Amino acid sequence: MTRLAINPIACRGFGVCAELLPEEVRLDEWGYPIMERRQLGVELLEHARRAVAECPTMALRLVDDTDAR
Amino acid sequence: MTTVATPIGALLTGAVSDATETLQSHLRRFGRPPADPWRTIASLERADLRGRGGAGFPAARKWRAVADHAAKGLPAVVIANGSEGEPCSSKDRLLLRIRPHLVLDGLRLAAEAVGATDTFVYVSHGDRDTLRVLRDAINERVQHLEGERRPTLVAAPPRYVGGQETAVIARLEGKLARPTYTPPFPFTQGAWGRPTLVHNVETLARIGLIARDLDSASLALVTVSGAVVVGGVTEVVVGTPLGAVVQAADGVIGTPLAVLAGGYFGRWLRAETCWNLGFGTDVPLGAGVLAVVDSEHCPIAETARIVTYLAGESAKQCGPCVNALPAIADALTALTSRRRALPRVELLQRRSQELVGRGACRHPDGAALLVQSLLSVFEPEVGLHVRNGPCGACGAPALLPIPSSRGGWR
Repeated sequence: MTRLAINPIACRGFGVCAELLPEEVRLDEWGYPIMERRQLGVELLEHARRAVAECPTMALRLVDDTDAR
Repeated sequence: MTTVATPIGALLTGAVSDATETLQSHLRRFGRPPADPWRTIASLERADLRGRGGAGFPAARKWRAVADHAAKGLPAVVIANGSEGEPCSSKDRLLLRIRPHLVLDGLRLAAEAVGATDTFVYVSHGDRDTLRVLRDAINERVQHLEGERRPTLVAAPPRYVGGQETAVIARLEGKLARPTYTPPFPFTQGAWGRPTLVHNVETLARIGLIARDLDSASLALVTVSGAVVVGGVTEVVVGTPLGAVVQAADGVIGTPLAVLAGGYFGRWLRAETCWNLGFGTDVPLGAGVLAVVDSEHCPIAETARIVTYLAGESAKQCGPCVNALPAIADALTALTSRRRALPRVELLQRRSQELVGRGACRHPDGAALLVQSLLSVFEPEVGLHVRNGPCGACGAPALLPIPSSRGGWR
């Protein structure tokens, strides 16, 4: 399944992902993203790719869960 | 303390107080470590040995994964993790001190099985006695045991997160002992990009016995502490009722109110309903910790101190751990001191739920689960604190240990 993954060490809480992809990402009290660990709908893939590309710290990725433990 | 366990496959059988067993005596009891690594993997699978560092991952599955990756590429690395950052636990230190050769047998067997060319033993650098025992034991083996490759001793900073697999690997590579982001996972690319197997030292000692066809997977080392007559390390059959484990520590002092099972990333249980639960079956072993809190102490105040400690121990790399963990600690502290406005329970609940799964390592998850268990198991007491502020026991001195001196990351 394709889903969003975040590197929390790289993330600095700019919140761009929540702005570009509010369907999947919300922010906690301190502005750090909380995302659903679920498959991305096909209709959101393009927006997700954009969020990945726009993340100022390159903390966001699209992953295919078949290659993770 | 007495040993509840049957002697076959037990680690502590025949231990003379805390004297170190020599290589000679070890070989007399068990013989040389067996030489067929594939048979060892099969034995591990049959025994279904689970890791004893806290996560409880099946040991044989780790071996297969590391061996598979090592067969395809770089030679593997095996690390014996004896850092034992859990303040309530002392089983790993005791084991290294009295049975170093069982641990080193397990390390050797693991290295042979996964095709490792380098092995390491990782211990807290505050613990000079253990370092000395290990240095002597390693020298004995290199001199007298054929085919023994010298493991490298690495001193670990005494930080709570310093024992996380990726932090251990970072330290080995000469970096700060802080967790790193996964993937890549250690079993594919760990130390120096090589497939890396990290095992807790108790897991390795049990491997040393299972490889000799002794039933050791069904036993566990447990550290009993808190309001007990004689605390310390005992060895029990997995599934032994908590009440019987605590009896092995000669029983409780006063009226028991709560039991913390697993460690500071474990869970709270209400004393009156927990004694018949099996440790390692009904209740996860975690780091093998059972800490009893009596009615003279408040589990909420104990948790407030623990979470404050855990927040301070964060590697401060990930936003949720940096922000939410101190906020949760503050809210709990407010409930148990008269200094601040009382927080709402929902706030604590939401913050601890939101914390899970959002760090690079399991540090925030562990703290969050501890808080969640407090909020559910002691819901009426938490409610009273929210309405009325601290209880009579909140001001009691800390029962559970909070290490004060924090070292750096090296």
